[in-house]
Amino acid sequence: MRHTLAVLVENNPGVLARVAGLFSRRGFNIDSLAVGRTENPDVSRMTIVVEGDARVLEQVTKQLHKLVDVIKINDITADEYVDRELVLIKVNVGPAQRGEVMQIADVFRARIVDLGRKTLTLECTGNDGKINAFEESLRPYGIKELVRTGKIAMLRGFKYTGYHDNGTKEDN
Amino acid sequence: MEMTAAEALVKCLEKEQLEVIFGYPGGATLPVHDALHHSSIRHILVRHEQGAVHAADGYARATGRVGVCLATSGPGATNLITGIANAYMDSVPLVLFTGQVPTSQVGTDAFQEVDITGITMPITKHNYLVKDAAQLPRIIKNAFHIASTGRPGPVLIDLPKDVAQTMIEFNYPETVQLRGYKPTYRGHAGKIAEAARLIARSSRPVIYAGGGIINSRASKELLALAETINAPVTNTFMGLSSFPGDHPLFLGMLGLHGTRTANLAVTNCDLLIALGARFDDRVTGKIAEFAPRAGVIHVDIDPAEIGKNVQVHVPIVGDVKMVLQELLPRLEKRSDTRWLEQIEAWKKEHPLRYETGAEELKPQYVIEKLYEITRGDAYVATDVGQHQMWVAQYYRFKRPGGLISSGGLGTMGFGLPAAMGAQIGLPGERVVLVTGDGSIQMTMQELGTIMEQELPIKIIILNNHVLGMVRQLQKVYCEGRYMAVDFKFHPDFETLARAYRIKGYTLRNKEDVDNLLPEALESPGAVLVNCLVSAEENVNPMVLAGKSISEAIDC
Repeated sequence: MRHTLAVLVENNPGVLARVAGLFSRRGFNIDSLAVGRTENPDVSRMTIVVEGDARVLEQVTKQLHKLVDVIKINDITADEYVDRELVLIKVNVGPAQRGEVMQIADVFRARIVDLGRKTLTLECTGNDGKINAFEESLRPYGIKELVRTGKIAMLRGFKYTGYHDNGTKEDN
Repeated sequence: MEMTAAEALVKCLEKEQLEVIFGYPGGATLPVHDALHHSSIRHILVRHEQGAVHAADGYARATGRVGVCLATSGPGATNLITGIANAYMDSVPLVLFTGQVPTSQVGTDAFQEVDITGITMPITKHNYLVKDAAQLPRIIKNAFHIASTGRPGPVLIDLPKDVAQTMIEFNYPETVQLRGYKPTYRGHAGKIAEAARLIARSSRPVIYAGGGIINSRASKELLALAETINAPVTNTFMGLSSFPGDHPLFLGMLGLHGTRTANLAVTNCDLLIALGARFDDRVTGKIAEFAPRAGVIHVDIDPAEIGKNVQVHVPIVGDVKMVLQELLPRLEKRSDTRWLEQIEAWKKEHPLRYETGAEELKPQYVIEKLYEITRGDAYVATDVGQHQMWVAQYYRFKRPGGLISSGGLGTMGFGLPAAMGAQIGLPGERVVLVTGDGSIQMTMQELGTIMEQELPIKIIILNNHVLGMVRQLQKVYCEGRYMAVDFKFHPDFETLARAYRIKGYTLRNKEDVDNLLPEALESPGAVLVNCLVSAEENVNPMVLAGKSISEAIDC
């Protein structure tokens, strides 16, 4: 099963290498990993999508906790959450087919961010399923280049995965 | 007070009440070695950085304090790596300082530059590359805290030369602030109560105690637990010395070269009480058949160890001493003797044995004699191989922490420098090194350090002219095709000792051992005893790869 972990880490140099190294040496599979700053400049947040059964997930979580730079881990898989990924796709499209592709873009609420003589570059955000569907529908035109950010996620409603300095290292 | 970061480093170490640092200088450590000039800290100059890190390790194991070493950049740093991995595997608290090329040259493949923080990421509990000199005191404070608390381990601090020379305002923090590091010490009360209930219901309990007992100094509590519930105790290799070796409830070591009684007891128990142990593959053998009928209580300070290799029924994360202190008052004295009678029958049926009537000197005999002469009271350092297993089997430790040996990594060459560190930490104690003719040649340059520091270490080489453990494996797994295990040439170790002005003995038979070993052990200075032992001897019993530990063979 795929799990989505929201991991708060110290914004220190090398922290990404520590996390990535841990996954590779312990044989855990990362599906995607996205990292960036949070509302607190000292803290970065990683959204890690990891494949594995309950036992693997328990080890992933416990081993991550052993890293001194890891502040908090939240497995949000079972919770209600909003998740988004951004994709940029460059498609082989000449003037004749532009209209068709722009219609597809409309359906997915994607945007055209660049236009070349023979290419069209589109931007789309959404969850995993939507991005996959978008990619599939553009495939017949010939995808020249595709880049995805990896998923970021946030709990819905009042719940959150913030850091509060109450002196404990928690995982919910 | 203004001073250089290098001077601040030394001040921090003084604040940590450090007495001794094991080191080897180089260009990148010039500022730090210079700052040590006016310090009360004793700098032990080793002969190789691997000697420094193993010595710091031996010092830490013997004293329970943090071992510290200092090496230069590049090769100085890489020479530490085996020792760092060794300390990491055995949970030994170390703080390691490495010099680094100046910040402006970092990342340019400069002379003697190596990315030591990158290299040591998987083998340190944490590490730091110091970029801002003002942060150094805080980093050192954190490093000592991280190394010595929770599950102990090595922490490395890489200090570029220019950072070391930067002037800073010295201020050693009183407290640590690490929001990502909060070890759990107190066990969960509900789980402890559950453990007590499980113990009360069990009829065939076994206590399986590991190195965590030594680290948390819980030997007294372990003894109380065993005697209260009348449960037999087996030790992992790392746990040896945590329970008295001559106690009637003691089963000896379990696992690959464990006693048959210990392995049978674990296989047949209905409750396994795992204390500060990690179900290592050398302990469990075929994991599906390890304690197959048992409920498992697992106490460990490292949550990641619980449930890693086996399913646990009562997990308790905490310091094993504190958990046992909470558990003991909840237990009732047990007097059911049927299980203990079974254990006694196994002990009678399956004692450790070797050929006692042989012409040749048997290595086991030397260890038995060593035990007899020292009454189980010495600090015994070992290297890695057959001799190490014979120490584990035949030396009945009395003193918690008395065994100083490389368990997890199995590092040949650990013994001599580790014994050196132990003797420096405990100048009044008797430190004996039991080593092999293979292992000692990996780090024997440290004989020079031993003489220079006038350390009265007693070195016993069980010399069979062969890499015995590998030879044994080749006998069992390669149908006796021996490859690269025979030494065609050895130095004369007695003469070699003399070259270092160390008193040397060569013992060829039982009579030599009876006559000369006591004298050698009572000699005031360093002594090297070269015991020419039977070349064909194997460590028995032995559990073959993939087999259950209940199916040990003699080979």
